[in-house]
Amino acid sequence: MTFPLVQFRNVLKKFGSFTAVKNINLDIEAEEFIAIMGPSGCGKTTMLRMLAGLETPSEGEILIDGKVMNNVKPHERDTPLVWQSLALFPFLNVQENVEFGLKMKGIKKKERELKAREWLKRLEINQFSNWDVNKLSGGQQQRVALARALITEPKILLLDEPLSALDAHLVVRMQQVLTKLQREIGITFIYVTHSQSEAFAMADRVVIMGNGEISQTGVPRDIYRAPANRFVAEFIGRNNILSGNISSIKNEIALVSTSAGKLKIKNHRGATVGQNVTFVISADLVKLCNQYNDNRNNIACRLISEEFIGSVVTLFLESKDGTEFKVQIQERELVDINFRGDNELIISWEIHNAHLLPELET
Amino acid sequence: MNNITKFSNAMLLTYTTAIFLFIFLPIAGSVVFSFNSQRFPTIPLGSFSMEWYEGVVDDVDFWDAAKASLTVSLFTSIIATFIGFCTAYTDYRYQFRGKSIFIALALLPPTIPLIIMALAMLAWFARIGISGQIYAIIISHSVLTIPFAMAIIRMRLNEIDPRLEAAAWNLGASEWVAVKSVIIPFCRPAIISALCLTAAISFDEFAVAWFVSGLNKTIPVLILEIVTGNIDPRVNAVGSFVFLVSMTLVVTAQCLIMASRLRKSNGNFK
Repeated sequence: MTFPLVQFRNVLKKFGSFTAVKNINLDIEAEEFIAIMGPSGCGKTTMLRMLAGLETPSEGEILIDGKVMNNVKPHERDTPLVWQSLALFPFLNVQENVEFGLKMKGIKKKERELKAREWLKRLEINQFSNWDVNKLSGGQQQRVALARALITEPKILLLDEPLSALDAHLVVRMQQVLTKLQREIGITFIYVTHSQSEAFAMADRVVIMGNGEISQTGVPRDIYRAPANRFVAEFIGRNNILSGNISSIKNEIALVSTSAGKLKIKNHRGATVGQNVTFVISADLVKLCNQYNDNRNNIACRLISEEFIGSVVTLFLESKDGTEFKVQIQERELVDINFRGDNELIISWEIHNAHLLPELET
Repeated sequence: MNNITKFSNAMLLTYTTAIFLFIFLPIAGSVVFSFNSQRFPTIPLGSFSMEWYEGVVDDVDFWDAAKASLTVSLFTSIIATFIGFCTAYTDYRYQFRGKSIFIALALLPPTIPLIIMALAMLAWFARIGISGQIYAIIISHSVLTIPFAMAIIRMRLNEIDPRLEAAAWNLGASEWVAVKSVIIPFCRPAIISALCLTAAISFDEFAVAWFVSGLNKTIPVLILEIVTGNIDPRVNAVGSFVFLVSMTLVVTAQCLIMASRLRKSNGNFK
């Protein structure tokens, strides 16, 4: 019988009267790259610490390889963690840091050295093997931390926001290193982060957490295009979230009265007339045009500000009633659009591009 | 503004110099007179002479006292540093009911007047029948110096990233092994300076030693015996020797503490 490598079963963790995580049910498969993402304080690090045995669940069970781990001590597990602060041993040099895990396993010095050299080489830091870890750059220290964690060839690697202290260009480089490494050695990476770009860029599957609970689990594309609830939609950002009341339904298309006007939306959840609904349109699916188009939803807006981040520009617009809209377009498309000073712009999106959230109210 | 700064700097310099003179002038005097050929410490000085040192070296009492002092300070430093480390680690690592009382008790000995402490020790050792033994001095000096060792090591533990120990567990080290392979190496400079400082305190200590030493005189006790009754310039020679040993130990301790501070402020480990 096959079972998931890691299973959380109704896990709850309390610190005193504070509930850090609750109702956690999650299966993680072998060789999967899974990212646990959420705002700070959502309990994502607690999940990781429980996997490493540094915290014990207050209720529920955590299974690794089908074995209940609740009472297994941290040093009896094979779940190395790459720490946010890296936690390299400052009194050991690079090679000794990397060898540490093997030394604890009682591996002979010769073999340890051989293994350490192999990993240092693999992570391209072999020229620093005798260095004091404090003399290395952030990116190099990162690699030492990775080598130290992976040298025992575990089935699971835990990563706690390992890239949060690095410069932007190094983050992208390290993302490539991590993805390549995970594919090559074929072990499970459980990666905790608050960064959407890191999670989406690397993970096969993303778990979104909010207020100590899992809000959504899915592949990055689904989470981006079809958030399961308002929390996820807001957390993902770059989304336009609108609420309104269904005034009529015709051919599966609902007409919703919102503060910004009447908008059409595909009703795939069987909402009925009179219900309040919330729906989401990703900022990159909204277009700017100079005229109304009958097959789309159109709203007249005024430009408030723009945010330029390279090839992509996010425009912040406001409709007449004051609803804010975000539109994400390629920078080169900007020149084709006639802003005409303070004049009105029309934003529009295709009816099927709006995603209706399952939270229906009557 | 500039004038005020200059003035306060000058004042600070004067003040510091005065303090150092106040502390070190008598000691310097003692060192100078230890090489003086005249019997009485008067100015003008006589000629340079090693006479008093020779006198000390030839004295069996001095060698016995030196042996006792070194033995006592060696064992005291080891015992006090070991217990001090354990106490500091307990304070760093654990939360428990009555912890503040535990810490207050651990730090209590230096606040007790030495003479009271000495009397209490003597009374207690006499009752259990070990007064006058060399290990009675070792025990009482350990009690006296544990808080110093604890304070030094506890300060170092403040600087450790608590995740280092957890990182060791995570990599397969049991709690004991983590203490051995992470906490102790990290605290090494503090442990060595605690050894030096407790040895220095024990080496200098007079009051308690005088009460509990019996026939196993330590050097400070010997000095007192020399100076009671007669004027013997050999005391300057012995004093210079004690000063040299103590200062070496204290300066070593201080250098180690400063070095680990400096490394911390230069290094980029968090």
